[in-house]
Amino acid sequence: MGSLGLREIWRFAWRGISSNRMRSSLTILGVLIGVSSVIILTAVGNGSATAVRQQIEKLGTNSITVMGNGGGGGGGFSRTRSSTAKGLTIADTTALNNKDNAPHIKQAAPILNASVTCTYGNISATPGSAKGTWTSYFEASNSPVDKGGYWTNDDVTQKRGVAVIGTTLAKNLFDTDSPIDKIIRCGGQSVTVVGVMKSKGTTGFQDSDDVIIMPITFVQRAIAGYGNISQIQVESIDAKSTQLAMDEVTAIMNSQHKIKSTATADYRVLNQSDLLQSSTDTSKTLTVLLAAIAAISLLVGGIGITNIMLVSVTERTREIGILKAIGAPKAAILTQFLIEAMMLSLLGGISGVLLGLGISHFSILGVVPVVSLSSVLTAFIVSALVGLVFGGWPANRAASLRPIEALRYE
Amino acid sequence: MTTVVKVNNLSKTYGAGDTAVYALKKVNIEIEQGDFVAIMGASGSGKSTLMNILGCLDAPTEGNYWIRNLDVADLDEEQLAVVRSQLIGFVFQSFNLIPRTSALRNVELPMAYQGVSRAERRRRAAEALTAVGLADRMEHQPHELSGGQQQRVAIARALVTEPAMVLADEPTGALDTASTHEILELLHELNRKGTTVVVITHEEEVARAARRVIRLRDGEIIEDRTWAA
Repeated sequence: MGSLGLREIWRFAWRGISSNRMRSSLTILGVLIGVSSVIILTAVGNGSATAVRQQIEKLGTNSITVMGNGGGGGGGFSRTRSSTAKGLTIADTTALNNKDNAPHIKQAAPILNASVTCTYGNISATPGSAKGTWTSYFEASNSPVDKGGYWTNDDVTQKRGVAVIGTTLAKNLFDTDSPIDKIIRCGGQSVTVVGVMKSKGTTGFQDSDDVIIMPITFVQRAIAGYGNISQIQVESIDAKSTQLAMDEVTAIMNSQHKIKSTATADYRVLNQSDLLQSSTDTSKTLTVLLAAIAAISLLVGGIGITNIMLVSVTERTREIGILKAIGAPKAAILTQFLIEAMMLSLLGGISGVLLGLGISHFSILGVVPVVSLSSVLTAFIVSALVGLVFGGWPANRAASLRPIEALRYE
Repeated sequence: MTTVVKVNNLSKTYGAGDTAVYALKKVNIEIEQGDFVAIMGASGSGKSTLMNILGCLDAPTEGNYWIRNLDVADLDEEQLAVVRSQLIGFVFQSFNLIPRTSALRNVELPMAYQGVSRAERRRRAAEALTAVGLADRMEHQPHELSGGQQQRVAIARALVTEPAMVLADEPTGALDTASTHEILELLHELNRKGTTVVVITHEEEVARAARRVIRLRDGEIIEDRTWAA
């Protein structure tokens, strides 16, 4: 194609694009929307994955939950449920706290879930979760207090009505007032609020801050009665030992409940990392789904380019004939139209990247988007390729026109 | 004298079998370097077909065509583009300038396909535009120029590559009388400086400007006359 310099080619391509600004802008808009949606949607996907992961990590990766199948917290349909199934008991908890059998368990705390309505003055609120437990629960469940303090082992032994509450419940009952040392009524009993926990945010549909935590002895005496407990919250000595601790939990529980094979177990042992894994899988699926939707819009943008380039080739058939008559080789015409298509797609690509990065600064549907460099690069490179691929066919059509026919075209 | 164009038993048919239509029937022409030839004929006489074949825009069905000793039949598409670029300068009835592109750039364009450097292109294009009397219109775009002026830009574009011949297809067909005179004078001037000029026309006035007239009727040459200079 001789030394038809890049400058000439760019100038020619620009002339093609600027000759119909409205049409070119709409084509560019198509690519822009495609590219920016790839960036934004993958960022939203990543963002929600990151958010869920952080939530779960806040709950503690070395915490293990034992749930009953038979009574208490288990419930629902379960193959292992049978008349011989025992619920979880305080005795199970005590066994788990035996350091000789369970060197990797730091501590275990019983949890008794109750359903109560709390009132303060004439304000009433039903917390999403009301738990009776031991003091070790706070550490096992990674729940530091923000204001006030915890209740004590003495409160547990004395079955006192004291509570640590979450920020949501605090706000519902006390609004901006300090809840510390205020006396509320729960299930007809007077309960003194001694502390407010740090916010944990929401996990899925559950608000981790809409909680009230009281001594288990008090909950048994005053609210739920002395039946089975709902869960046992176990903390391993560190995150690395969680799996070993889970094995120890299983061994101890099997011996406590006289279970010979795990298939007949009347309890379940769950770990936050299992939850983490499944939520990571879910958010990966979400990200892929979002990216696929975005890719489709990029494809549509590409088809827009083909369409506009075909129109452009048809409109300029005569011009192509002139160029061929004055000696333009096929390659020069091909290059010219390809560059024109790529200019359209790159203009769309660049503005799409800018728009995508801009919008990703804002939180979308409560998710703070996390832009990944790879999605930006992919979107940009794909947009360039879109021009090449989708512009290629019309460009080749232009270059292959026979000069005599192109010149005759009206 | 060197022969620029040699056409031997050239035929062009459209369609096939019983419905075949002869646009050209066994035409023989030789054109010498520096000649000024008018190819005349009514519409349908085959003159446009001849022009397209001479300009390497179309291929003959039968017969041979040599331009500067190159047998056009041997050339592939890329080589034909080179021939058009280096040996032929086109002037069309409808000017065929590239729209939204200045006169100067229009004239530069054929040289771009030859690999002439940018500065050299500028210089030669300006020179050619000056030669056709448009030194003060170089930055004008086609739509800002009159028909006569556009055709002069087209002539500048045709001659700027110093082609073996300038092929002009009805160059005055879209012009008024005054502009027609200007353009004919310009072609004459070009020829005096040694360029081979082939004009396709149906106007007697244009033909009179030429030194040699070839008349076509129904695809055949019915007259080939040369006037003494």
